[in-house]
Amino acid sequence: MSGVPWGETKLVQGNEAVALGALAAGIDFFAGYPITPSTEVAEILAREMPLIGKKWIQMEDEIASISAIIGGSLAGGRSMTATSGPGFSLMQEGLGYACMTEVPLVLVNVMRGGPSTGLPTQVAQGDVMQARWGTHGDHPAIVLAPSDVSECFSLTIEAFNLAEEFRTPVILMPDEVIGHMREKLTFPAEGEICVEPPSSPDVPLEWYEHYHTSATGVSPMAHFGSGYRFHVTGLTHDTHGFPTRKVDEVISKMNRLKHKITRRLDVLENNMIHGVEESDVVIFCYGSVYRSALAAQKILARQRKKVGIFRPVTIWPFPDRTVKELLDSKNVIIVPELNQGQMIHEVERLTSDSVRVVPLQRYDGYEITPEQLVAAVLEVM
Amino acid sequence: MPARLPYSYKYLRSKKKFPHVWCPGCGIGIVMGSIIRAIDSLGWELDDILMVSGIGCTSRMPVYVDFNTLHTTHGRALAFGTGAKMANPKLKVLAVMGDGDSMAIGGNHIIHAARRNMDITAIIVNNNNYGMTGGQFSPTTPQGAKTATTPYGMIEPDFDVCKLTEAAGANFVARGDVYHVIELDGIIKKALSGSGFRVVETLSPCPTNFGRANKQGDAVNMMELLRDETINIAQASKLPKEKTQGKTVRGIFVDRDGMGYTERYQKLCDRVSPGVKK
Repeated sequence: MSGVPWGETKLVQGNEAVALGALAAGIDFFAGYPITPSTEVAEILAREMPLIGKKWIQMEDEIASISAIIGGSLAGGRSMTATSGPGFSLMQEGLGYACMTEVPLVLVNVMRGGPSTGLPTQVAQGDVMQARWGTHGDHPAIVLAPSDVSECFSLTIEAFNLAEEFRTPVILMPDEVIGHMREKLTFPAEGEICVEPPSSPDVPLEWYEHYHTSATGVSPMAHFGSGYRFHVTGLTHDTHGFPTRKVDEVISKMNRLKHKITRRLDVLENNMIHGVEESDVVIFCYGSVYRSALAAQKILARQRKKVGIFRPVTIWPFPDRTVKELLDSKNVIIVPELNQGQMIHEVERLTSDSVRVVPLQRYDGYEITPEQLVAAVLEVM
Repeated sequence: MPARLPYSYKYLRSKKKFPHVWCPGCGIGIVMGSIIRAIDSLGWELDDILMVSGIGCTSRMPVYVDFNTLHTTHGRALAFGTGAKMANPKLKVLAVMGDGDSMAIGGNHIIHAARRNMDITAIIVNNNNYGMTGGQFSPTTPQGAKTATTPYGMIEPDFDVCKLTEAAGANFVARGDVYHVIELDGIIKKALSGSGFRVVETLSPCPTNFGRANKQGDAVNMMELLRDETINIAQASKLPKEKTQGKTVRGIFVDRDGMGYTERYQKLCDRVSPGVKK
């Protein structure tokens, strides 16, 4: 396959769909380091990008990879990297830098078993809290978790768009099952997808502020070499990008970093909700577990038993308001996760003591099956 | 030097960002002056230059100069610079780093930038210690030297910045110091005007930390040490060995014409997909 097969229907692997999604979004620069189970993303882009004159490089480690794409993004290239758990840990340094300096980029983390080297070829969802809180200091996070191959394609494009729109890193987190599974994917026609053009300032050179305080908290970003000369630093900085320790400037920066996300939750929130209103028992899940939940819902429907499914596609920022609104009145919420309990704390945080929040955790490198979910639902009914 | 004044207005963010953070007697400002004079003599546009740095005293330099400037995380200047150069090959990328920044935490990045022959000029200001954090030992601290973390003397052997980067494949490797400034201007100009990975190690005093810990006197004494304990490579070749013993050699050690990474990548694109413009 060469390039994006616009309009065609094909059998595609999840990681391949991520790579093709990046090409569809107009990726200019990829830097990465080999790691299972994400390597196909780098391999496919290594083959495809030179064919269209786009830049690809394999760096010496994951810290260098994320550093390189930050540099690339600041120099005007739409940039992405792909990794898995151990590499994701190393990338936290660069991720924090990109949050602080408000540099758009896409980081794909195909989740495998951890901690440490863990289970390199097997599935887990152990990085969801790291994706939110992994880098030091308070920082914004936008994280998308696809559940099928088609979403690997569409959410990669979405990740590039959100990165531009919010001027911040966006993390795409398929788990290993989603990254490695093959499924039918019908590609849209070429004009059908929406790709946000990178913003550029239109003010005179001397008026440009790299961190202008606009109504949305995000201002158009100039690039190195464009004629707008500016300074970028990971030190806390003023609106021009120069280091500051003045209390009002520090507070202004920190508040803007937070509010540019929290004031526009409506743009970011994306949930799949099935039969929640008419059910007393709801499965709250994300990523590959959602597939098992859908299958379990069907099995239970045949037994005339109702179970609802709530699945956030955007897992961070967490859909606080909707979860509270829809789930706080339920009897039981089952939270199946491929970890020892991470997102369950968010569900517990948002529901009253009267709601039973039941964990179903698997961390042996295998999927939670529909049968496990059916059994869990029947047990609480 | 009144003749130097016009540089201040053109190249420095003179109204915004001074006074600078460097201690009295520090040599980093002299290196910055050399870089500015070298760039001025090359006639480069400010818009085309990207100065990138890591963390440390030297890495504060980008804030003062009116180029495109990028102050990154510790050790990563070359990785950020690599990405910027790839995304926009028109940028002339200049990385300024200290000895700890480039040789310890950034050691992996510098050997691979040299191996790739990435089109970046790396100016490494070597003051033999981590100045900003209070004078701990670095990979270039000489054996026996006292620092905040070697109170009984340094027991580890030190890196030779020039030999290391030469062996790793850099196109251009040179050493200068902040006493022999005219020579340094010339070395930096030559480095900037080439392609591929270019390294200029610049010896520079840190009287506040390293000098005080090792009883090297004040800033003037430390400058005199550079005068007396270094020797130009051309002079050294004319003298008998015993006269150059113990002296650090200055000058250009490597000046190769290997193809830089940017050109090599473009050639790859041309080969696999003729007709496509970068």
